[in-house]
Amino acid sequence: MAEPAAHAAESFAGCRARAARTVLDQVVLPGEELLLPEQEDGEGPGGAGERPLRLNAGARPRVRVVCGPGLRRCGDRLLVTKCGRLRHKEAGGGGGSGVYWVDSQQKRYVPVKGDHVIGIVTAKSGDIFKVDVGGSEPASLSYLAFEGATKRNRPNVQIGDLIYGQFVVANKDMEPEMVCIDSCGRANGMGVIGQDGLLFKVTLGLVRKLLAPNCEILQEVGKLYPLEIVFGMNGRIWVKAKTIQQTLILANVLEACEHMTADQRKQIFSRLAES
Amino acid sequence: MAFLDSLGGSRRDQIVSKRRDTCGRGSRRAPHPSWRLLIGYAVCTQARASGRKRQSLLHVGSPAMEESMQTETKVRPESGAESGPRSPSCTLRHFACEQNLLSRPDGSASFLQGDTSVLAGVYGPAEVKVRKEIFNKATLEVILRPKIGLPGVAEKSRERLIRNTCEAVVLGALHPRTSITVVLQVISDAGSLLACCLNAACMALVDAGVPMRALFCGVTCALDSDGTFMLDPTAKQEKEARAVLTFALDSVERKLLMSTTKGLYSDAELQQCLAAAQTASQHVFRFYRESLQRRYSKS
Repeated sequence: MAEPAAHAAESFAGCRARAARTVLDQVVLPGEELLLPEQEDGEGPGGAGERPLRLNAGARPRVRVVCGPGLRRCGDRLLVTKCGRLRHKEAGGGGGSGVYWVDSQQKRYVPVKGDHVIGIVTAKSGDIFKVDVGGSEPASLSYLAFEGATKRNRPNVQIGDLIYGQFVVANKDMEPEMVCIDSCGRANGMGVIGQDGLLFKVTLGLVRKLLAPNCEILQEVGKLYPLEIVFGMNGRIWVKAKTIQQTLILANVLEACEHMTADQRKQIFSRLAES
Repeated sequence: MAFLDSLGGSRRDQIVSKRRDTCGRGSRRAPHPSWRLLIGYAVCTQARASGRKRQSLLHVGSPAMEESMQTETKVRPESGAESGPRSPSCTLRHFACEQNLLSRPDGSASFLQGDTSVLAGVYGPAEVKVRKEIFNKATLEVILRPKIGLPGVAEKSRERLIRNTCEAVVLGALHPRTSITVVLQVISDAGSLLACCLNAACMALVDAGVPMRALFCGVTCALDSDGTFMLDPTAKQEKEARAVLTFALDSVERKLLMSTTKGLYSDAELQQCLAAAQTASQHVFRFYRESLQRRYSKS
């Protein structure tokens, strides 16, 4: 009786705690439990009873693991809260430490401190602009947070302007706050985005893919036409080329890149280069 | 988080018995002596107990049924076509699911169970009206639109059941002062509508990337007048059935999140249906996994 019951329990849970290392780059679902490398030999919380007693139990090397988006800690357990591919980035120390996160394809942006985003100014009230960044509430932007702005010298920002800025305050309990200067007081590319150009929305996953270091899509796009492009981590892309036609082509190519394989992309780019 | 955890799972069990059962008792033919009219809290405790006992139930309670299901489920792949004339007991109709098919919502899914089809869209975490703002968690809203006409009392009641189920699994504390809106549009109703709505809502929530404690699924059971039960009944079977029971189960502990019943059934029959629903949920969750893996295979 005990044996089939145990079997049923296993098949019932379907997704018993799996070692995080073995499911890297695989799809994980909400509710799954992951085992960190340091827990693997202990066989998780379930197998605690059968674990042999160790003399050097206290002296186990502790690895530092950071939980990224899509994961949460519950006691000493690591639980998945979002669907997506599990990713891992090794830290300098090695030995299984580093960052784990879930790479999901979502459209809704949740402000994160330090992210560069494109926002639209929706209101001016006194010395603060309200900027729509696609999150659950508009971000605030002080008029002093621009390069060279002083109380006398106000920046020229109108309602409807596009702003490229960075979050300095972003947590779930407070209104997010943006700035358009870095820590040295330099614009560093941030500020109001120029008049022409096209703003379009893509999924957050695509922006992350495009912003990944040495992303080949961007290099290919750069060879096609001379262009200006701004990526916001909130899924907004602003692009400007010499003509409107070129701008539209670039926007369409970037949007289409999401669901194409590398071969398909090559074909498209070679065809565009010919025309 | 701890607050939510303690509320989740079995404490969220919600059992609704239709008023008709209590009101119509006098006029109805006297039930079999072994049947008990299960209403209100009585059902509640039953269901909770069964959640804990399910392991033993599956093997001790009904070995024959369990076996028949094991064999049948192998024959019935989710991708396959409708399995001809359905055998009386425990097959599910075939599922189909498509995700991210709408461009405007943050997450969307359409779920088909046989001829029943529901389209779901999820917006959130989005801006919330001050009136509905909750300071420490997200406001969850479920809107169920019927195929024709305006939503009535039945829709409102289902909305509430779905919302309670979603609230039990969605980690609303991670996005306080926001709103998560689930809009469900019935496309065609051919039985087991509530279960299909639950499944569509779950897939759309997953698609939107709303943080969740677990996945959930809905399973409907219908009890015949001669005591046989069937899973995932069609509209005709639902109409002929003596009792229709719908359960929502979570994917981690297979615990009951919500249950709603209509009609007369005995204590043992409830347990039997719940056990069958738990076994069936395994297949639904497997289907979820396959369909999500297919979705992420492109990236």
